[in-house]
Amino acid sequence: MSGFTISRRTMLAGSAALLASTAMPTIGWAQTPKKGGRLVVAADSEPRNLNPAIVASNGVFFISSKVVETLAEASFDGKDGLQPRLALSWEGAADGLSVTFKLRDGVKWHDGKPFTSADVAFSALQIWKPLQNLGRTVFKDLAAVDTPDELTAVFKFAKPTPFQLIRNALPALSSVVPKHVYETGKIEENPANNAPVGTGPFKFAEYKAGQYYRLQKNTDYWGKDEPWLDEIVYQVLPDRTSAAAALEAEEIQLAAFSAVPLADLDRISKVPGLKVITKGYEGLTYQLVVEINHRRKELADLKVRQAIAHAIDKDFVVKTVFLGYAATATGPVPKNDPQFYTADVPTYAFDVAKANALLDEAGYKKGPDGKRFSLKLLPAPYFNETKQFGDYLRQALAAIGIDAELVNNDSPAHIKAVYTDHAFDLAVGPPVFRGDPAISTTILVQSGIPDGVPFSNQGGYKNEDLDALIAKASETLDTAARTELYKEFQKKVAADLPLINVAEWSFISVARDTVGKIANNPRWAVSNWADTYLAG
Amino acid sequence: MTRALTLLRRRLLGSTFVLLIVVIGTFLLLEAAPGDAVDAYIVSTGGDTGMIELLRHRWGLDQSELTRLANYLWALLHLDLGQSVTFSRPIRDVILERLPTTLLLMGSATALSFGLGSSLGIYAGARPGSFRDRFLSIGSLALYAVPGFWLGLVLIVIFAVDLRWLPIGGIETIASSKTGLARAADIAIHLVLPVSALGFIYLALYLRMMRAGMAEAWRQDFVLAARSRGLSRRRIVLAHVARNALLPLVTMLGLQSAQMLGGSVVIESVFAVPGLGRLAQEAVAARDTPLLLGIILTSAVLVIVVNLLVDVAYAFLDPRVGASEAGA
Repeated sequence: MSGFTISRRTMLAGSAALLASTAMPTIGWAQTPKKGGRLVVAADSEPRNLNPAIVASNGVFFISSKVVETLAEASFDGKDGLQPRLALSWEGAADGLSVTFKLRDGVKWHDGKPFTSADVAFSALQIWKPLQNLGRTVFKDLAAVDTPDELTAVFKFAKPTPFQLIRNALPALSSVVPKHVYETGKIEENPANNAPVGTGPFKFAEYKAGQYYRLQKNTDYWGKDEPWLDEIVYQVLPDRTSAAAALEAEEIQLAAFSAVPLADLDRISKVPGLKVITKGYEGLTYQLVVEINHRRKELADLKVRQAIAHAIDKDFVVKTVFLGYAATATGPVPKNDPQFYTADVPTYAFDVAKANALLDEAGYKKGPDGKRFSLKLLPAPYFNETKQFGDYLRQALAAIGIDAELVNNDSPAHIKAVYTDHAFDLAVGPPVFRGDPAISTTILVQSGIPDGVPFSNQGGYKNEDLDALIAKASETLDTAARTELYKEFQKKVAADLPLINVAEWSFISVARDTVGKIANNPRWAVSNWADTYLAG
Repeated sequence: MTRALTLLRRRLLGSTFVLLIVVIGTFLLLEAAPGDAVDAYIVSTGGDTGMIELLRHRWGLDQSELTRLANYLWALLHLDLGQSVTFSRPIRDVILERLPTTLLLMGSATALSFGLGSSLGIYAGARPGSFRDRFLSIGSLALYAVPGFWLGLVLIVIFAVDLRWLPIGGIETIASSKTGLARAADIAIHLVLPVSALGFIYLALYLRMMRAGMAEAWRQDFVLAARSRGLSRRRIVLAHVARNALLPLVTMLGLQSAQMLGGSVVIESVFAVPGLGRLAQEAVAARDTPLLLGIILTSAVLVIVVNLLVDVAYAFLDPRVGASEAGA
């Protein structure tokens, strides 16, 4: 592919350069790969804890995944969608009680000490299981990690745990940190949380609060001839418009995670030397969801929920709110998931007449003012798109006689209102699909979750059938059977609408076309960038 | 000299009460805001009840508001600003790291708006009602009406993106390892745009005040007297008219310092300047109460000190000020 484009590049050079500058930016590939150089990247926030073993979130991975590595990384073409990192192979026992990892030989920590199975055991038992936001759920039954030799780690589970789940969790949940750095003192207060030590292609060099993070090439990296870059600098740019300006002014070479607002992409894509890349986030899909408070009498009625689903024009949302950079959703698993997605679920075509009929049927007739009832609608403030969809939803509901009052909060206030106080009727949320429904998806509809747990079912929805299905899937070891159960799960959710899935989207990168090897895995922005280069 | 000292003593006493009110008021306001530091934290991480309880406990948020306020005031009495939950560092260090940047930005912007504003004001006020007077008055008003962030963005687009004369943001070239004079020059270049954006907005105030003061002074008898003595117009404008119009401007300088702090919140975000204003914004977003209290306290002290300096300067400039207090 790149060989072809390089020759095309050469061919087009010269007289056709002008044409190329307008036609090629989106498909432009970097020229001759070169070693060295400093890649300057826009960062829109400064995570307060940079230890990815404790905080498994994209904001932390964006910086730390270059320093601290996981056992395996996501891959477009690898077996089970994985490629080896610190682990070379992984195998689950038939009884679901153990998983054996064979580790990479000759790996050194940034301080020169050797990486061994003891580090994996320590990270898993002392950090992932008790402290990590996601690991506390996935590794809850992890009882011990045996280390028969320095390069073998055997995870022992107290209860049968599906190997498929563990496998799918590896890219995000298995960051390994050095035991010798963390074994003394409180793990949460360890200074290495702010200056991580790992095995990755880059060493953490410095952090200037409010200004930048600097990572430096790890000359002892295990990957042959890697990394290509000498340095990665994350320049903190809190204002979203400044990322686009910085790209144009050539002060930065890459803005990932949609740091350039969607509305600017069209213009930016026409700037010579810049390319817009929509790939490389397949493993980080966000879902646009209408969360429903089932404590409201009207919303507890399936017909009302169906009516709301029919009132939403998903294609319009994708076209207008996301400017086409999204896909319509059918259910709780995104379409781009290679393992679990099924299209065979009840769907709700955009049909205002039908929605009105359903509401009439449910007994909520229009009053003299054309209104059936009023609702409080809380759009999550984390993304422009969730706020804009809130505006759209208000109008869509007005068309079927539901009067929605928009309540706009900032992030902490929204979290408290929805997940602790339940002071909402409808909310717009962006949950993340993390490669396996058991990691952070089933929790959105399952009952019995204590108050205050964010991004979970706090709408008072309870469906014993669905709960039983989720429980069964969580202990089904056979991959095919487990996948089948999650397909059933999607059907049930789409039929009963505990929440309404509207769209699925991911992020967009904008880079100078000198930056090479972008987006070559489904979690590229949060992977290790060992092969990323700056063309000469 | 005693006048200045009396003034100083009286002001310090009053300031302490002001600060106490500021602290308690801010604390209560932040308590009234829905969501706490833990809610703000879990936005990006998620987490289960066990983790959330653990965090609340570790950050002391499981105690009652009153206990926390009392603890805070007690620590404050020992000049301890506490620990920031977002940065996991002592707040004093966090603030001291950002303060010089903000002082530099605000000081330069104030100097720019005061210097340029009063000069242009003198220029306009030298001939009230003339074309140049009207042009400058209306022009500065238009500038005053422009939102700060927009002016900042326009400056970025013109001077950093299109012309590429100046950097688009930051306080210095990142990871450049420059030192000494080279570093100072680097910082100066980075400050040009943010200082202009911040300074130009407040320029109108000084310009118009100077102009109005001068228009007023022209009608005074001493101007007529100066004229009759045959002084040159230039001398009358500078030494008599402008000088008399200057006093209210000095007062304004003190009042403006508080406004500038507010303006710098926006400008610092647009230009990615790591200052106190941006820190304040981050503290609110993260519901980091002690950090925000620390920032507000620092700003309050700053404003009080500036106003104190202004008062002292005033007392020296105008012998009538504070004369009645000298004996008290």
